[in-house]
Amino acid sequence: MLNFLQRLGRSTRTSFAKLGRGTLFLVCTLAGITYVLPRPGLLLKQMYSVGVLTFLIVTISGLFVGMVLGLQGFNILSDFGSEEALGIMVAASLVRELGPVVSALLFAGRAGSALTAEIGLMKATEQLSGMEMMAVDPIKRIISPRFYAGFLSMPLLAALFSTIGILGGHLVGVGLLGVDDGSYWSQMQANLDFYDDIVNGAIKSVVFGFAATWIALFEGYDAIPTSEGVSRSTTRTVVNSAFAILGLDFILTALMFGDN
Amino acid sequence: MQHTHTQDTLVGLFVASGFAGLFFLALQVSNLSSYSNNDNTYKVTARFANSGGLKIKSQVSVAGVRIGRVTAIRLDKQSYESIVEMSIESQFDNLPDDTSASIYTAGLLGEQYVNLEPGGSMDYLKDGGQIEITQAAIVLEEMIGKYLFQKAEEDKEEK
Amino acid sequence: MDNSEAPDNSLISVRNLTFSRGDKKIFDALSLDIERGKITAIMGPSGTGKTTLLKLIGGQLAPEQGQVIVDGLDVQQLRRKDLYDLRKRMGMLFQSGALLTDIDVYDNVAFPIREHSHLSEAMIRTLVLMKLQAVGLRGAARLMPAELSGGMARRVALARAIALDPMMIMYDEPFTGQDPISLGVLVHLIKSLNTTLGLTSIIVSHDVQETAAIADYIYVISNGKVVGRGTPESIENSESAWVQQFMKGKADGPVHFHYPANDYLDDLLLQANPALSKHKLSEISDPRPSLNTKGVKTISSRKRARSRYNRQD
Repeated sequence: MLNFLQRLGRSTRTSFAKLGRGTLFLVCTLAGITYVLPRPGLLLKQMYSVGVLTFLIVTISGLFVGMVLGLQGFNILSDFGSEEALGIMVAASLVRELGPVVSALLFAGRAGSALTAEIGLMKATEQLSGMEMMAVDPIKRIISPRFYAGFLSMPLLAALFSTIGILGGHLVGVGLLGVDDGSYWSQMQANLDFYDDIVNGAIKSVVFGFAATWIALFEGYDAIPTSEGVSRSTTRTVVNSAFAILGLDFILTALMFGDN
Repeated sequence: MQHTHTQDTLVGLFVASGFAGLFFLALQVSNLSSYSNNDNTYKVTARFANSGGLKIKSQVSVAGVRIGRVTAIRLDKQSYESIVEMSIESQFDNLPDDTSASIYTAGLLGEQYVNLEPGGSMDYLKDGGQIEITQAAIVLEEMIGKYLFQKAEEDKEEK
Repeated sequence: MDNSEAPDNSLISVRNLTFSRGDKKIFDALSLDIERGKITAIMGPSGTGKTTLLKLIGGQLAPEQGQVIVDGLDVQQLRRKDLYDLRKRMGMLFQSGALLTDIDVYDNVAFPIREHSHLSEAMIRTLVLMKLQAVGLRGAARLMPAELSGGMARRVALARAIALDPMMIMYDEPFTGQDPISLGVLVHLIKSLNTTLGLTSIIVSHDVQETAAIADYIYVISNGKVVGRGTPESIENSESAWVQQFMKGKADGPVHFHYPANDYLDDLLLQANPALSKHKLSEISDPRPSLNTKGVKTISSRKRARSRYNRQD
């Protein structure tokens, strides 16, 4: 029993210590903007590896999610004879929830784990240490550009996901199942609000991007510099990002859509 | 640092398509395109015995064409009537002051909206004006109830 | 060893340095001096924290006690900016080379120059090619780090370390895992760079032959303390048995060949016959009553039963 309490105490302490380190790390990373801004090339390169390489998986997933929504939505809505509401159903679920959440989860799986592994391996091969000895702050040089790239890419990826998804839903609903093209779009436009839905969805994806990139970079930076440590950190990135994204999603949804 | 032109181009494409997605969502999917400036609208109110499922931002239309939106719905404490405030686009400034308003439903299960039926007066509604002739929302349960009651009465008479 | 002898021209002075990892004390009031313009070797068995010492000198780690003074500056007291300015004058060659894997050799060498100066690309090109020429790898400028052999990677890292014309270079195990040819190249490079560039070099290594061949002064460290110091000749003729064992690479001596372990025979018997392990061992006396001459049947403790068994064999 005492042993259990001891262990509980120790793990609580280490998690708080980790949170503290993580916060400090975040502050340093954010401060790195002074280094990144004069060197847009660094940001560009990371936008490539974070954004462009996630582009494909996000668009393809978006297409399929939209198509499935179109199919499922049609089956349910046709029971009530309101197939014309398919557009609003597909668009609302994508813009409010699935777009930001699923693209963030994909982002964490594709880009986040890659970031963790990359930073962790740089640590293991003494590249970060070497940089420090060359009087270059690795947080500014390595971490910050990646952070801002992830943070900027995320809302774009989410918007792409939703867009492609809506088109996918259109493809199935209108193209295959014969829902009226006009009502698909007009129901959507009549019921989705720019501020309530689109902007809130974008805010969600910004928050998710922030959280997922932070977790990925910190796990890499904090990794035990061995191959086992890096692989464990990579796993933790995916798991923790998923928790963070879904937890934040609940909080944000309650804040944004709770009052009406 | 070392970066190739292809990389630049791909990042450019990525950012451009991301923004295209945002624009698409803003314009095609949401009602942003139908947002109109407050300067270009005028407000009228109407009292309904029952505003039913009408909501803020519900459509206000004439002959099926949307000319404005509901901006507020509140209860008059004295008369227990529903006061519905609408903003009408100022290009439609020639609504006669004897226009009547009714709350209709788009389709059997669709949204409720305010339908305006222009009258014959030569005076037009102004900002802050009130529509006097109104017809309350049709409450389905009520109608079915009435119908059944009527039917029962008829059956009784026949016997 | 204390700080009784402090040469005036020492570039680095380490004073009473204490540092531990967990419960293990890595340095225990360690003091040493590194002379300007010389090659000083710090030797000792693996795991004595030689790399840690370099990190302490570079200010990447903070000691629990003691000071590290580099060129008159107390590394621990420096503000971040001053520490970074000091590091610009320090070069460090990591064991793995620590090249940035996503850029090629040329950009790796150009990296510190680009970070710390505003030179034109043409100037940078000249500088980089000069540094690469110095290590004999000008032709490899466009290779990626993954395409280099271990020795080449270390030479590129060396070119990068001297890119900012530092006052000193710290070599972390430069000779480990090299074939004889690259070993020869590295030994030659370290020696010649030290003279031609007027550097101060610190070599941390356990490769006795190569290090002794080029070092001007050697410190031998063990268990967090300096156990031997002097020129290579005097170290080789040291009276200390420990230093003798280390320098000559003898298998047994003050440092035992065997890691502390249980009795050998004991372990073997347990391994060979698992049936004897654990509690079953205590029952040994029963199947072999004939051996039980001293009538110790009452002893039930496993340990005692086992020791008795060994004795009787």
